[in-house]
Amino acid sequence: MTTTASRAQLAAATRRRRPFNPRRAAAWALLVLAIAVSVLPFLWVLRTALSTNNALATNAASLLPAELSFGAFKRVFGLQSAADAVAEGGSGAQIDFWLYLRNSIVFSSITTAGAVFFSAMAAYAFARLRWKGRNAVFSLFLGTMLVPPIFTALPNFLLIKNLDLLNTMLGMVLPYIFMTPFAIFFLRQFFLNMSREVEEAAMLDGAKHLRIFFQIVLPNAAAPIATLALLTFIGQWNEYFWPLLVGSQDDVRVLQVGLGVFKSQSPQGAPDWSGLMAATLISALPVLILFAAFGKKIVNSIGFSGIK
Amino acid sequence: MTTLAKHSAPVSPAPDKPKPYGGLRRFGDLKIALLFIAPAMIGFIVFYVVPTIRGVYLSFTEYNILGDPEWVGVDNYTAIAKDPLFWNSLAVTGQYVFLNIVLQTALALGLALLMHQVAKSTIIRGALLMPYLMSNVIAALLWFWMLDYQIGVVNQFIEWAGLPRVAFFGSEEWAIPTQAVINTWRHMGYTALLIFAGLQAIPGHVYEVAKLDGASAFQTFRKITIPLLRPVLVLVLVVTVIGSFQVFDTVAVTTAGGPVNATRVIQYYIYQRAFTESDFGYGSAIAVILFLILALVAFIQMKFLKGNESDLD
Repeated sequence: MTTTASRAQLAAATRRRRPFNPRRAAAWALLVLAIAVSVLPFLWVLRTALSTNNALATNAASLLPAELSFGAFKRVFGLQSAADAVAEGGSGAQIDFWLYLRNSIVFSSITTAGAVFFSAMAAYAFARLRWKGRNAVFSLFLGTMLVPPIFTALPNFLLIKNLDLLNTMLGMVLPYIFMTPFAIFFLRQFFLNMSREVEEAAMLDGAKHLRIFFQIVLPNAAAPIATLALLTFIGQWNEYFWPLLVGSQDDVRVLQVGLGVFKSQSPQGAPDWSGLMAATLISALPVLILFAAFGKKIVNSIGFSGIK
Repeated sequence: MTTLAKHSAPVSPAPDKPKPYGGLRRFGDLKIALLFIAPAMIGFIVFYVVPTIRGVYLSFTEYNILGDPEWVGVDNYTAIAKDPLFWNSLAVTGQYVFLNIVLQTALALGLALLMHQVAKSTIIRGALLMPYLMSNVIAALLWFWMLDYQIGVVNQFIEWAGLPRVAFFGSEEWAIPTQAVINTWRHMGYTALLIFAGLQAIPGHVYEVAKLDGASAFQTFRKITIPLLRPVLVLVLVVTVIGSFQVFDTVAVTTAGGPVNATRVIQYYIYQRAFTESDFGYGSAIAVILFLILALVAFIQMKFLKGNESDLD
């Protein structure tokens, strides 16, 4: 009896605080719709990946998986025999997603580590050291943000080809590993806003720039560096055009390129939808995990990168 | 994610605060600076500066990878001027860019206003940002499946509504709008967050004054919100236009330029000429033209919409 009473009181209190407002309700409804449009497709991918191809055709709109099965995931990871795969609507061709997954992890990790570290060094030189022509060089670096990637991709492809590095991991990572203009810009901004006092005290003690950079600046900028690494990793994970040009062979092919290949292997016209969606989900998973763990960091960085 | 890198943000020169022992050394920290900047400088020169020059040079040559580039002057450009496939790619890309501007800006602005009115929680912003964190390839495949003619869920709903099924990727008139909608889906939340950040930067007292003066909601929106939001809106416009002009991934994965020439966008055409037909000179020439178009677009938008000036000052 008391609980009902208090619940009624509570309800009354909330009502009093927020009188029903049709405009507010409509705004919320639209917002919920937008969220649904953004998120529901991912659930649909999961539902499809857990279905079998044969059942998909007859249950095109059932919310739950049509004939719950993990066959699609087994197929993607090459754990299903060719005969079983064909019976479930797969192509029967061997696609080794473990290999692509490994390649994607290697490609994204190396480029992220290199780009973030070297960009941090450059950003330190642009923010803290005094040298002639510093601001002019910085403007030139920023200018590269305006060059469309397709424009440099063609000559870069020729360079990698001339170096005989096509279809090698080295050839794939080289253009990204030294810096990205955005990373330099991003970190310079943080270094400029960091307090100089500790650095200056260390300098009076005779510490050299290298020691100051490694022992004071880097640890103090751990948070922005982590955010930058996160953004860079996601960007590299999603990279498609360059890996498509340079890494078309199995042993260096990354997931995004592998997905495209998977899609084009359709036996007798009907695509292996559940297999394709399982592969899509696996390709999205690392980013989803990072987002679940560090979502707030990512969301809050948007304001920074757009307008300072 | 690459679009993150394309934002032109204000460049503030680093303050030259004198160091305790500064001024004694004539070259400042030049030596140590060279060490710190060396790796980035290598990447900058080898993978940005040289390829930019080489790309321009290649556009004046005939080059099929095997031999040496052969200087042909402006032959590639005169050939492009008469190439119906080039003009088609330009028209198709233009259509795509236009649809993206309209859909994306309108939806994102609406969404940002909604968020500003009723919800500022990180979870809601995160949910809206999710599509943007997915790769183009994933977004393309996801919609390729949901929009499938035979058993895609969207066509199932269309049929329940009593309408004829739509061949989203298979018909010439639907192919480009479909690509634009996929791109809008992926970028809508991100763009909304950019505008939302701009909305939050507008000081509250401006609105209070408007309220005291008896301005209606619509008047406030038109006379205060939009003008004060202009720098952000211009930025969003520049990012949207420059990004959409370079559409490639979703097209490559789903329609590969087809049906017929309906989705052969500029970058896909460059890719085909350079890599499928080994015509690097021709491909480079189209890339130069694309580069010039993008530079022009950015220039016009910054100049005439005065994107780098705020009315707040």
